[in-house]
Amino acid sequence: MADTEKIIEIQVLRYRPEQDKEPVLQSYKVPFTDDMSVLQGLQYIKDYLDGTVSFRWSCRMAICGSCGMMIDGKPKLSCKTFLREYYPQGLKVEALAHLPIERDLVVGVEDFVTKLESIKPYIIPKEKRTLEQGEYLQTPQQRDMYEQFSSCINCMLCYAACPQYGLNPSFTGPGVLALMHRYNADSRDGGQAERLNSLGHADEGFWGCTAVGYCSEVCPKGVDPANAINQNKMNSAINYFTRFVTPGEADK
Amino acid sequence: MSNRRPYVRSMDGWWKRDPYFIRYMAREVSAVFVALYAIVLLFGLVRLGQGEAAFNGWLQYLKTPWMLVFHVIVLAVFCYHTWTWFNIMPKTMPIIFIGGKRLQPGTITGTGLAASVIACLAVLFIVRGMS
Repeated sequence: MADTEKIIEIQVLRYRPEQDKEPVLQSYKVPFTDDMSVLQGLQYIKDYLDGTVSFRWSCRMAICGSCGMMIDGKPKLSCKTFLREYYPQGLKVEALAHLPIERDLVVGVEDFVTKLESIKPYIIPKEKRTLEQGEYLQTPQQRDMYEQFSSCINCMLCYAACPQYGLNPSFTGPGVLALMHRYNADSRDGGQAERLNSLGHADEGFWGCTAVGYCSEVCPKGVDPANAINQNKMNSAINYFTRFVTPGEADK
Repeated sequence: MSNRRPYVRSMDGWWKRDPYFIRYMAREVSAVFVALYAIVLLFGLVRLGQGEAAFNGWLQYLKTPWMLVFHVIVLAVFCYHTWTWFNIMPKTMPIIFIGGKRLQPGTITGTGLAASVIACLAVLFIVRGMS
């Protein structure tokens, strides 16, 4: 039997830079069925009620990382969140917190992408091997050391959950630092020193984190950035102090 | 010409926006009480260095009604602080494998809490045994 159609109120934080001085809420009444996601609600608005509403989306199945937004104040993927959870009271959707709003629900990603590129998010081989020497071998346990951190889809929900990033955008932030750890923790990788000395040990690196931990709560892929960041602080502190007792290291 | 005009939202009152942030702030504030109590204990150490009469005076002062109220508050805050401390502990530790199985966050938190309860009881029994 088909679901009976219900109507839900979706409030959308609008920001049209050419006409709005600041973001304003606009309300839409959307008919929905129990299997409809918040993203589908927004698509209904765009298709039938107001074609000017802007938002990003692509895969509709929580893997592209495009449709992140604040849903009733919480950072969520709109494709993975259902309208029925907000019925009958309705819901409010806003652009991801802590990031600049370009238009409506679309945020600027330059800062994130620049930071992501800066940590060299790829394997820098520990040893050069020729094709004849074969593949780089790894045990299942060595893989487990980084696997969860490699699940990041760059959706930036963790940035919207991180007040330290909101207060100080020069902080590298949870997602990128988790990816830095993902490569550093890979037994095939030899780029740890490079990544850590250029950024990890800096104030903008691991030390910008105060272990709020909300990033790990909101991550839709179970990455646990708070763990990726904070487990590095001990080594970072040891590194800081051993520089002074190791000849020649302090000058670096 | 570009029409881009990115809007940056204010962070004013950020910690009131989500119950998670309120709990985080409560955790951070509880550290202030830990520092306060460390000062009380340090003061006792100074009085001890000044002789028996001074130390006994400090002990008597701790028994005044306001100091008892202060202790009850500090005890409650310390319990909360301990809980939050061990709750965040798994986040600060590298991934550990024991017998091929990953050590679960709950085990780390539980072990920490159990250790703190045992340590408190041990101190209590030692002090009881001395007096």
